[in-house]
Amino acid sequence: MTSAALSTVQLAPGHAAWRRFRRHRLALAGAVIILVLVLGSAFGPYLLPFDDTYIDIMKRFAPPLSGAHILGTDELGRDVLARLMMGARVSLSIGFVAMVIAMAVGIAVGAFAGFFGGVVGAVLMRLVDAMLCFPTIFLLLALAALIEPGFVTTTVLIAATAWMWVARVVEAQVRSLREREFAVAALAFGSSNLRIMFRELVPNAVAPIVVAATLNVAKAILLESYLSYLGYGIQPPAASLGNMLNNAQIYLTSAPWLAIAPGLAITLAVTSFNFLGDGLRDALDPRMNIP
Amino acid sequence: MARYVANRLAQAIMLLVIVSAIGFAILHLAPGGPLSQFAASAQMTQEDLDRVTRQLGLDRSLPIQYLDWFGRMLRGDWGHSYRDGEAVLSVISSHLGATLELMATATIIAVLLGGWIGVLGALRRYSLFDSLATVGAMIALSIPTFWFGLVTIYIFSVKLGWLPAGNRETVGDGSFLDLLHHLIAPALVLALVETAMWGRFMRSSMLEVINQDYIRTARAKGMPEWRILTVHALRNALLPMITVAGLQFPTLLGGALVAETVFTWPGMGRLFLDSIGYRDYPVVMGILMFSAIMVLIGSLLADILYAVVDPRIRVG
Repeated sequence: MTSAALSTVQLAPGHAAWRRFRRHRLALAGAVIILVLVLGSAFGPYLLPFDDTYIDIMKRFAPPLSGAHILGTDELGRDVLARLMMGARVSLSIGFVAMVIAMAVGIAVGAFAGFFGGVVGAVLMRLVDAMLCFPTIFLLLALAALIEPGFVTTTVLIAATAWMWVARVVEAQVRSLREREFAVAALAFGSSNLRIMFRELVPNAVAPIVVAATLNVAKAILLESYLSYLGYGIQPPAASLGNMLNNAQIYLTSAPWLAIAPGLAITLAVTSFNFLGDGLRDALDPRMNIP
Repeated sequence: MARYVANRLAQAIMLLVIVSAIGFAILHLAPGGPLSQFAASAQMTQEDLDRVTRQLGLDRSLPIQYLDWFGRMLRGDWGHSYRDGEAVLSVISSHLGATLELMATATIIAVLLGGWIGVLGALRRYSLFDSLATVGAMIALSIPTFWFGLVTIYIFSVKLGWLPAGNRETVGDGSFLDLLHHLIAPALVLALVETAMWGRFMRSSMLEVINQDYIRTARAKGMPEWRILTVHALRNALLPMITVAGLQFPTLLGGALVAETVFTWPGMGRLFLDSIGYRDYPVVMGILMFSAIMVLIGSLLADILYAVVDPRIRVG
């Protein structure tokens, strides 16, 4: 009886969080859209008769819904829908991978700074402050100009300019959790510093970390689109949602559909992740009320 | 107060040192370091490169080079553009006006529109207006600025023909009305994200204030509602907005770069991208450092201003 009662008590916070999340209809919609985008970009290309890099110069600038090309063709006669799916695959992958790297760096820096405090903490956090002084796009472009653009470099660069906020969040959490009884108890047990940091403190800060991770994906997708649009991210012939817009401005008068579809896709993906993050924030920690 | 300002100033100077060290590190990350431009040209032999390296003092140890570079930066010697040999600071200052004009206009639009949306959203919490504003703000924050710019150009320049598709003025015109005509679209595009941010922060700040005891006291005294809102609530809700303005500054600068690119606006952001295209590293690094210093000064000013208007800060 007691074990049953205990397990109900333990489940309750999770249940409450799920209920709060379900109430947040936009977050739920965001989650569904993300799922559709991921599945669509993962399997969609196999369902299409067109290859995303196949150039058919005789069929260039076919408008949407004309013949076989649902979203039309671009300036080289490539199928826009096929490019959109492959582009979304690249953009979403960069979003996820950059998020994972940024979270790893941010959590490590934040945990060390928050746990040790003192000079180590101060130096690390001042480094974070200094990095945040550079407007993200300026820093990103300056770094991108120095190296060979590509999938890996683009991802690493985005992560390099996105980990600082995570470090701030984690540092604040770890610093306050460090003084709590369970952390002091772990110290008294003789647990190592690393163990206390990553087995006791960081798991207790999981709510803000999950929220930060979700918002980070949104930010990374947006940054990829900026970087590729400006020509320093993913390079053609490979498609990304950003570099599909690269040439769109030139053909804005004659072929506006080239600009509409990729832009809508970026907006949809980023909005979905932002709403999901918002919903998770409300669900996981009702006290957090950062706008 | 003096102590608070001195404290904050010392922090800012320390940050400047770290910021400059990061800038210096990036400069040396370039393949071939600061000499990459010359190394790429076939006209220079390895012998020439070695000589230039010695002449520019690049064979000294990194800390010495850094101190030298930092000292020259403080004296206003930021190097010369590879493109035309002009001093970096004068290249930047000739493009700064256009950027500041764009940023100031966008900020005014954002403060007025976003502030209004935020206040109304807070007063009519969970109303249809509030819900639409919240969702709208989230979408506005998710739209890529450059794409919004393209859509704006398509609708207002291509389809309707109301606004010019780019540039700061019509060549040969340049009257006030002409400048204003060119300013509308890029300023609105840049203002989109800012308006959304201001609306969100204003809403939460206003919500916090109207639940305070002194607002209830004012109501209990029988004070007219408009007076409570304007004199007691709004004035206090506006205070944290000073911090928001400081925090938003990097985003505003980054947004300006993108808006300038889409609308071929001859500002600092456009110059930055052009310089990257030319591999003009002195100008690229100059603008990167300049923007970071602007952000640093912006947040310093915001903190000091906040302490001036809100005495509680100075004590804490």
